[in-house]
Amino acid sequence: MTATTLDHGVISPDPAPAGSGTGSRLRWAVSDARTVTWRNLLRYTRIPDSIFFSSVQPVMFVLLFRYVFGGAINIPHTTYVNYLIAGVYVQTVMFGAVSTSVGLAQDLHEGLIERFRALPMARSAVLAGRTTADLVRNVGVLLLITAVGYAVGFRVQTNAFEFVAALLLVLFFAYALSWGFAIIGLSASNAETAQLAAFPVLFPLTFASSAFVPVTSMPGWLQAFAKHQPVSQVIDASRELMLGGSSALWSMSNLWQALAWSAGLLAVLAPLAVWRYRRAA
Amino acid sequence: MADHPAVDAHDLVKVFRGKREVRALDGVSLEVARGTVLGLLGPNGAGKTTAVRILSTILAPDSGRAHVLGHDVVHEAGTVRRLIGLAGQYATVDENLTGRENIKMVGRLTHMPKVATAARADELLDQFGLTEAANRTLKTYSGGMRRRLDLAAALVGRPPVLFLDEPTTGLDPQSRQDLWAVIEGLVRAGTTVLLTTQYLEEADRLADRVVVIDHGRVIAEGTPAELKADLGTTVISVTLSDPAAAQAAADVLGPLVAGKPPVLDGASVELTVEDGPRLAADVLRTLDQHQMVVAGLALREPSLDDVFLSLTGHRAESEPAAGAEPPGGAPARVPVGAADRDGARAR
Repeated sequence: MTATTLDHGVISPDPAPAGSGTGSRLRWAVSDARTVTWRNLLRYTRIPDSIFFSSVQPVMFVLLFRYVFGGAINIPHTTYVNYLIAGVYVQTVMFGAVSTSVGLAQDLHEGLIERFRALPMARSAVLAGRTTADLVRNVGVLLLITAVGYAVGFRVQTNAFEFVAALLLVLFFAYALSWGFAIIGLSASNAETAQLAAFPVLFPLTFASSAFVPVTSMPGWLQAFAKHQPVSQVIDASRELMLGGSSALWSMSNLWQALAWSAGLLAVLAPLAVWRYRRAA
Repeated sequence: MADHPAVDAHDLVKVFRGKREVRALDGVSLEVARGTVLGLLGPNGAGKTTAVRILSTILAPDSGRAHVLGHDVVHEAGTVRRLIGLAGQYATVDENLTGRENIKMVGRLTHMPKVATAARADELLDQFGLTEAANRTLKTYSGGMRRRLDLAAALVGRPPVLFLDEPTTGLDPQSRQDLWAVIEGLVRAGTTVLLTTQYLEEADRLADRVVVIDHGRVIAEGTPAELKADLGTTVISVTLSDPAAAQAAADVLGPLVAGKPPVLDGASVELTVEDGPRLAADVLRTLDQHQMVVAGLALREPSLDDVFLSLTGHRAESEPAAGAEPPGGAPARVPVGAADRDGARAR
């Protein structure tokens, strides 16, 4: 400790910011969101939980479902592993979204957001940085699942363009979901509660869907839910994009429904999350 | 604007409505002159953290006004945020990031250029003795290192006004001394500091002026010397066999202390005196003459509790809180914990 040599030259900063126009404010908002994104991504790499959920778990799902259930489930017109991959995509981004809830709850209750509020940073950066980090992580996770899938027999049946479209659709849906899970994180009294609150939403949506088995195998009352809920719509649409089954993009009713769901969720959840964030401290 | 005080607050009121309405601040006014240190002293739940949250633009007051270097904390919050640094028990950095990463993050969010931020990070890590730990995550830091890093991060943008919310709560004596030395260095270089504390010793060492608050109100203010002059400098605590014996002892010891009468606390008698060591000998001699058996004798600096007793006639009330940590120096009977924050967070 060399307190005597502290050189804390106090300058009297010009209270006016370097440029206070709308353009400069937008530039800072983007820069702040990038900084928070960078921080969140660094953090992901240092927390065993998030590494597990975004890498080990999806790989296990691909391998286990492929080899354990694959033999028992008969999918018309294609192999089970081809059917499975779209399901694992969506299941993984959904389970990964829990880290949005947990991370935000931690930031809120451990005092980081408190500190952010006293900094001259853009107010939007906390949520923008969080959801962007999730998006970046999801890109990596989808590529990982694809690679593992390829190793165990998954093959895209359409073309590169439609395959990329399938990935973008899943990412768009996941991005919309992030805002919903942000609301859970901001509302929970701590990180554990956030996690507990997220799972009851996740499980029925993920498993009562077309992720791992065709909904036609379910009892009638469940089928009605499973067929029409957004997770199934997104899975069906991305599956169709990768495996074919519909002649042209504009005639794919699943795709349009999935896009409508995602856009609708985003339009509702994002403003709600912003509102909740403003109230949260 | 040169003659504005660094911080001034006028009649701040903040009420948290929840299951139970909490008047966290009930008309607090204070002023911090440039280049000085103000100590905001009070027990848990007194409203210290709420005051700092309002002054650092985190929370809007229900009524009253506050300015930092002449800028309104509500209407010119953006400007105020460029002038202040905040570090405290409830405003922390990310423990999964390294020391350097945390400083860089705060620097970037303070809108410093990238290159300048990196250079400033190195400079701060060096000044705070954290260069070797710079690339380790904060999880591996000791409590003292953590607080130093917190403080370093608050200084990235060289803010002229610094808010420190209980900077040394929970630290061991050596770490507290280290942190005090750092804060003194900042003040010498011209920084204005408002710090909250539960420890009279800390206010005494660092603060030019002290404002004591209790239940959201200012109950005393002055220099540490003025406050202690009202209080005496040492407390002699004599423990006897039982409360009856303590009462008898208080009667015979009364004449020894000029101003304040002895205070009974169970089987103990407490005397607040100017010259502790000399009087302690007198106390023992007097008790011996009366053939009273002394079970224990302790000399201590007056604690916050003593200030409260002296100012309000009652002990500092504090909800029992988890994680009680005695301060490094004087033993205080004020539980340290989450009560202040609970008050501040309740709605």
